[in-house]
Amino acid sequence: MNTTVNIAGVTFKNPVMTASGTFGSGMEYSEFVDLNRLGGVVTKGVANVPWPGNPTPRVAETYGGMLNAIGLQNPGIDVFMERDLAFLKDYDTNVIVNVCGKSVEDYLEVVERLADANNVAMLEINVSCPNVKEGAIAFGQKADALFDITSRIKKVAKQPVIMKLSPNVTDITEMAKAAEAAGADCVSLINTITGMKIDINRKTFALANKTGGLSGPAIKPVAVRMVYQVAQAVNIPIIGMGGIATAEDAIEFILAGASAISVGAMNFVNPYATIEIVEGIETYMKAQGVDDINDLIGAVK
Amino acid sequence: MAKQKVIAKVARQEQIAAGIFDMWIETALAQDAKPGQFISVYPKDKSTLLPRPISICEVNEDKTMLRIVYRVAGKGTAEFSAYTAGDDIAILGTLGNGFPLDAAKGKRVFLMGGGIGIPPMLELAKQLKKQYDVESRIVVGYRDNQTFLADDLAKYGSVYIASEDGSVGSKGNVMNAIEENNLSADIIMACGPMPMLRAIKQYAEANNMTAYISLEERMACGVGACLGCVVKTKEVDHHSHVHNARICTDGPVYDAKEVEI
Ligand SMILES: Cc1cc2nc3c(=O)[nH]c(=O)nc-3n(C[C@H](O)[C@H](O)[C@H](O)COP(=O)(O)OP(=O)(O)OC[C@H]3O[C@@H](n4cnc5c(N)ncnc54)[C@H](O)[C@@H]3O)c2cc1C
Ligand SMILES: Cc1cc2nc3c(=O)[nH]c(=O)nc-3n(C[C@H](O)[C@H](O)[C@H](O)COP(=O)(O)O)c2cc1C
Ligand code: FES
Repeated sequence: MNTTVNIAGVTFKNPVMTASGTFGSGMEYSEFVDLNRLGGVVTKGVANVPWPGNPTPRVAETYGGMLNAIGLQNPGIDVFMERDLAFLKDYDTNVIVNVCGKSVEDYLEVVERLADANNVAMLEINVSCPNVKEGAIAFGQKADALFDITSRIKKVAKQPVIMKLSPNVTDITEMAKAAEAAGADCVSLINTITGMKIDINRKTFALANKTGGLSGPAIKPVAVRMVYQVAQAVNIPIIGMGGIATAEDAIEFILAGASAISVGAMNFVNPYATIEIVEGIETYMKAQGVDDINDLIGAVK
Repeated sequence: MAKQKVIAKVARQEQIAAGIFDMWIETALAQDAKPGQFISVYPKDKSTLLPRPISICEVNEDKTMLRIVYRVAGKGTAEFSAYTAGDDIAILGTLGNGFPLDAAKGKRVFLMGGGIGIPPMLELAKQLKKQYDVESRIVVGYRDNQTFLADDLAKYGSVYIASEDGSVGSKGNVMNAIEENNLSADIIMACGPMPMLRAIKQYAEANNMTAYISLEERMACGVGACLGCVVKTKEVDHHSHVHNARICTDGPVYDAKEVEI
């Protein structure tokens, strides 16, 4: 049975990865799961300098999901390379570094710094975080801005580039096409959907940031729909995510057109979710008589 | 023991005050549970996904069971309150740093608990007595005369009570009880609502004392990965490299001088 997938020349032992921001740099969850068994580890967004993030409360539970407004708190690229990347060196899994910034120059600086890092398989560019006031999201909500930042990053990047798309747009296929036209090697989707929760007892917003990004099982049907639409619109591979909790969820995304999938908020609910999904995909393939996972990618037209 | 998510068994549960439940859970996680640490309890209802952080109130003699005492505050705790002996309960633990017991060695110690911050004071008082022969001055604040856990606490130190409605002990909060009873100590360990912790931080500063306070914040992962549960710190935090520390992992117990609350 083959569970290996290839994305932009990078081989993944299986299509299961972690969604950025939900798994730290793997360190915290390495107490629960053997990182060597994952197709990839996608790290928390990192910027050129440390970011303090938003005030608390930063998270709120909602029906079948959660809102977050972490605000991309991160220690900056220096610490990230010395500590987090160094930690991941000991593991046999593809490391995908998620990059954030407030200006194109911020992104380029991080991408350049990572050029010499020998254990970075791919870069994922977060142009879709709904929780940061300046920059960031604007790149992900206008096709021309996305085209521009993608092509500038592609010029300096030494690793294949994944553009992470926002669902908070009128037509996500326009964004995917812009990323592809600008040379992106892959797109990942979806980032969180902007939402709000009001605490009716305290008569205030549940999050200090007022709005936050919705994730978890509640968003899965939206994510599957967007993965399907993007798969019809572009030829570059897709990493799908949004509410994946089980192998069955993962297979839905793969059938809709994703070459690989990421597990996000459900790590919080079940710290063993990623490994259970790796195993569950094999069980499904056996039961269905599927020899090669690649036969499932985009099989539902 | 590494952190784990396990399906444990409810050994018994009873209601000990209005809206306050007392549950013993059979689990191997009890083995190395320390005072001030917590577990996260997962509701079974799939609409309420996130685990609920609850302090460890007590560990039994054989270290095979954990006790939690909690207030029904919403959907998750309402679900837990209906569990009975033999039911499965999904928990993640053990989490957090716990109180630095050795800091209390040979000192006169205030243990201060307010409302639902009282439970962690029990295992703390017990271990301070057991390990360091410290008889704590235990100052606890309640809403009214439902003084849950006060009898258990009295086994390990002298208990002073305050109640908001004045029905037992000093009227007001823990600070009023200290004043009224003319109490003093060298070091403070405390857990309770934010206004109480702020008052303790001030009191400790004014009296040149060290106060270890246990903080609360909304959590998602409970293991340091999501950065949801931070508190502002005076110095740049060793992990985040900004002025934020993760309460679930670096805390929940902090030297009050080190956090801005
Ligand atoms: C380290 C720590 C230790 C705690 N120890 C105890 C204890 O020993 N006894 C006790 O009664 N309570 C304790 N709490 C508070 C307890 O976590 C909340 O009362 C509980 O999560 C409420 O859940 P719910 O589903 O009933 O409420 P809901 O309002 O339905 O919860 C919705 C969401 O908000 C979160 N939430 C709500 N209130 C709080 C709160 N005060 N702190 C953190 N998250 C909250 C829930 O976890 C959940 O994700 C502790 C909190 C922390 C952070
Ligand atoms: C707490 C939290 C933090 C996140 N941080 C990031 C981030 O730093 N960069 C990023 O591109 N996406 C971030 N995301 C979005 C996730 O990677 C993912 O796209 C989204 O949550 C949908 O997947 P899920 O429903 O499985 O969580 C974050 C999500 C959560 C819940
Ligand atoms: S709850 Fe996720 S870092 Fe503390």
